Amino acid sequence: MTFVSIRDLKVAFDGVHVLHGIDLTVARGEAVGLVGESGCGKSVTWLAALGLLPGKATVSGSVTVEGQQLIGAARASVEAVRGGRIAMIFQDPSSSLNPVRTVGRQICESLALHRGLDGRARRAEAVRLLDMVGIPDAARRVDLYPHEFSGGQCQRVMIAMALAGEPDLLIADEPTTALDATIQAQILDLLSTLRRETGMAMVFISHDLGAVGAICERVNVMYAGRIVESGDIAPMFERPRHPYTQGLFDAIPRLDGTRNRLIPITGTVPDPRRMPDGCAFAPRCTKASAFCTDTRPDLKPQTDGRDLACFHPVAHQQTVAGEERRRIPA
Amino acid sequence: MLTYMLTRVFRAALTILLVMTFAFVVLRLSGDPAAIMLGPDAPTDSVDAFRAEWGLDDPIWKQYFAYLKSIAQLDFGISMRDRSSAIMLVLERLPATLALTVPTLLIQLGIGIPAGVYAALHRQSVADRGVIMLSIFGFTIPSFVMGLLLVLVFAVTLGWLPSGGQDSWRHAILPILTMSVGGIGILARFSRSAMIEVMGQPYIRTAMAKGLSWRDVVWKHALPNASVPIVTIVGFMVGSLIAGAVVVESIFSWPGIGRLLIVSVSNRDLAVVQCLLLVIASSMVIANLCVDFAYGLLDPRLRAKTTAH
Amino acid sequence: MSALLQARDLVRCYEGPKSLFGKSPAVRAVDGVNLTLRPGETLGIVGESGSGKSTLGRMLLGIDPPTSGTVAFDGEAMPPLQSPRWRALRAQMQLVYQDPLAALDRRLTIADQIGEPLEIHRLAKGAERSERVRDLMAQVGLRQDQGDRYPHELSGGQRQRVVIARALATSPRLLVCDEPVSALDVSIQAQVVNLLRDLQESHGIAMVFISHDLKVVRNICDHVAVMYLGRIVEEASSDEIFAHPLHPYTRALVSSVPIPGKPLTGRILLKGEPPNPAQRPAGCAFHPRCGSAKPACHVAAPPLEPVALARRAACHLLVSPQDHAA
Repeated sequence: MTFVSIRDLKVAFDGVHVLHGIDLTVARGEAVGLVGESGCGKSVTWLAALGLLPGKATVSGSVTVEGQQLIGAARASVEAVRGGRIAMIFQDPSSSLNPVRTVGRQICESLALHRGLDGRARRAEAVRLLDMVGIPDAARRVDLYPHEFSGGQCQRVMIAMALAGEPDLLIADEPTTALDATIQAQILDLLSTLRRETGMAMVFISHDLGAVGAICERVNVMYAGRIVESGDIAPMFERPRHPYTQGLFDAIPRLDGTRNRLIPITGTVPDPRRMPDGCAFAPRCTKASAFCTDTRPDLKPQTDGRDLACFHPVAHQQTVAGEERRRIPA
Repeated sequence: MLTYMLTRVFRAALTILLVMTFAFVVLRLSGDPAAIMLGPDAPTDSVDAFRAEWGLDDPIWKQYFAYLKSIAQLDFGISMRDRSSAIMLVLERLPATLALTVPTLLIQLGIGIPAGVYAALHRQSVADRGVIMLSIFGFTIPSFVMGLLLVLVFAVTLGWLPSGGQDSWRHAILPILTMSVGGIGILARFSRSAMIEVMGQPYIRTAMAKGLSWRDVVWKHALPNASVPIVTIVGFMVGSLIAGAVVVESIFSWPGIGRLLIVSVSNRDLAVVQCLLLVIASSMVIANLCVDFAYGLLDPRLRAKTTAH
Repeated sequence: MSALLQARDLVRCYEGPKSLFGKSPAVRAVDGVNLTLRPGETLGIVGESGSGKSTLGRMLLGIDPPTSGTVAFDGEAMPPLQSPRWRALRAQMQLVYQDPLAALDRRLTIADQIGEPLEIHRLAKGAERSERVRDLMAQVGLRQDQGDRYPHELSGGQRQRVVIARALATSPRLLVCDEPVSALDVSIQAQVVNLLRDLQESHGIAMVFISHDLKVVRNICDHVAVMYLGRIVEEASSDEIFAHPLHPYTRALVSSVPIPGKPLTGRILLKGEPPNPAQRPAGCAFHPRCGSAKPACHVAAPPLEPVALARRAACHLLVSPQDHAA
């Protein structure tokens, strides 16, 4: 059952278009990844959907939460969705918490807003949430300020705050990028445990394919303000079909096997003010034809169940089941 | 926290001492009170007698220690002019100055901060541009120009308000207005930039993502954070208010300590000038001290830093 | 082959905040590190924030003077900071760090920045210098027309290429790279990693590569040292250490790397967070987070000792009791 449906979402900053029509859905309880490099619009998509972009952004299109339209809706009705039905956590946990309020007060704010709790019960619930996300000595530390917590603990506090509203969907925007490797592993584990226990849906925004793969069932790959490929995670990770998705996989160094030269994607992301006429990836694509530079491919459903925006997708030979996971170079 | 407070108080006292020493030395190097008090044609005998009476013939360090000693005994000296107690002279004039400076401060805070915050929350709007323009206008016009301009318009041309004196509350309007304008401009400008800075912080986005109303985001999350830089500038303004009164009081012939200062300096009435400088320096130092303590209350990070020491 | 860089018992302490009641105990950011780097070799230093890896990098370059211990470059002790000999040595050893925009002067053109070290060390001027700058730009994959641009006009990856070109200008024998690709996107990161590998192979530069990214370190380094709280806890060849990590911390670190297509289950999750270096745990600094800590680990800090051929590790669990008795 579709919980959130985004249709033709477009965003421009001061007249420069950064999102060119995003279509995506999140079903109840599912975990969807949104992958891409910096500037591709993966964070902007969800900030726009929840009306969290600064005033200079112009947003058009449609975002519905169980039929309720958010774009252009009254401020109060969007505020009721934020934190309650859809919660969001961010990349830099330390600066995402208000430095002059105790973490307890910041969590209690959400509890008052979405659960109508007050007094003792509210405080007890705040402590319970902190305890649940793995803050040791929660009953005492609930009265501390954010600067008295480490980066990883701040992210746990952020997660506790997001859970306070008992949301149906949690948007995690690069939640582990700023954290150390062992802490990153803890947070990923916490997020997947919480999802299993609460049954909430999750959107995991990240540039890290590995982290997305560990958490999500479905993934959307974005490039220059568009979704270029989306589908179930296992087949897509085994056989990426868009040359950009394939390029991302090739560019990641491996932790096992032989130490080969990396295969980078040549060139850089196009300037949003000077977007190519055709496929935005064509200037960096090894498979691009003249047709690709003139005509833009639309995101279309494929026979294998995924969506793809490419005229010359990567062809895959049948791989030996269970063996080498890497695709055959194009 | 206690050691922090004690070091701040100690530093404040040291600052006042330095100001007093500086004033003492400069005053004594910049002209002979005897010549000014008695006039250029005074006979040598009476000049010598005057100098001997006030101890002006002693070496300067001896005078200085005598001065420090009397200050320590809370004796602030007497006026050379009419031999009345210097501190009494100053205290008599203080209420008149406070009658100008206190309303000025309230007006500055009451208009400057809301205007700046409003402008920050409505960036690029007509109101924002208006606030920027008016605040530049406010703090670039020197107060003596502003004062004369207001007198010209409201006293001379329109005849609505008196141009000087201290007979009724109506006499206070123009001086207060003159003093307020610059501070309103500065405060509006600072509050605006402080608010813009804070509104761009990630925690504001978090507060919004939580579902808080815009009002709560501004009042509970943005303003407490913006108050730290705003308090800093308010501290500076409070400190300079009494100093600023000097100019305005002489434009409007307002009998406050500002006018007393000008008269006493031109007369080289040493004890009175020193007493006045003590009051002015103390007001600045105390304002700064209050700002330091306010930091601790407003920002737990600074509080932590100070308790660690 | 003799060592190009030899560090012995390096210690770096930072003073705690001063108080009215005497000094608080010093923080030992780096605590007794021994390292050897041979000419042309690439040594990776991995660790989390607070492990002291960046401080170690600066000490190896002689930018940050050690509190105790010695660094020898080419068999000679590091001259004192800012002495004429120290300045002359700058041409031989260069630093590349994470944020290229901060490393570049935004008022100078790219070509001027790359040529600057040539001027400082009086290596080339005039036409010869321009020729050398053009050559360097070509080597790092910058177009000649980009020489007249300013740093803010370039992308992050291009800026890092400029920093690398500038570092190469004096033909150094040692390059210390502190998180050089961490701020870059994956596709660009691969370009810069390949560039560093190529340059290192063609010029035979020895390199110290400091990073928290195990995958990148594995790809570029011959030898890897893992740091935890200011000390090296394991050291081995790049192939060995990631395939068969021995120290429990290294094992957790390797296991924490999310691999596409690999589920989360079965990963080693460490308890808690790295402790504050100011409050170093007694015994093995890792024991509060270690899943297999024994009573001995609470008491004595294990020394870094050989545990296999060309491998060293600092863990009580890896050394048999007989070895200890010996």
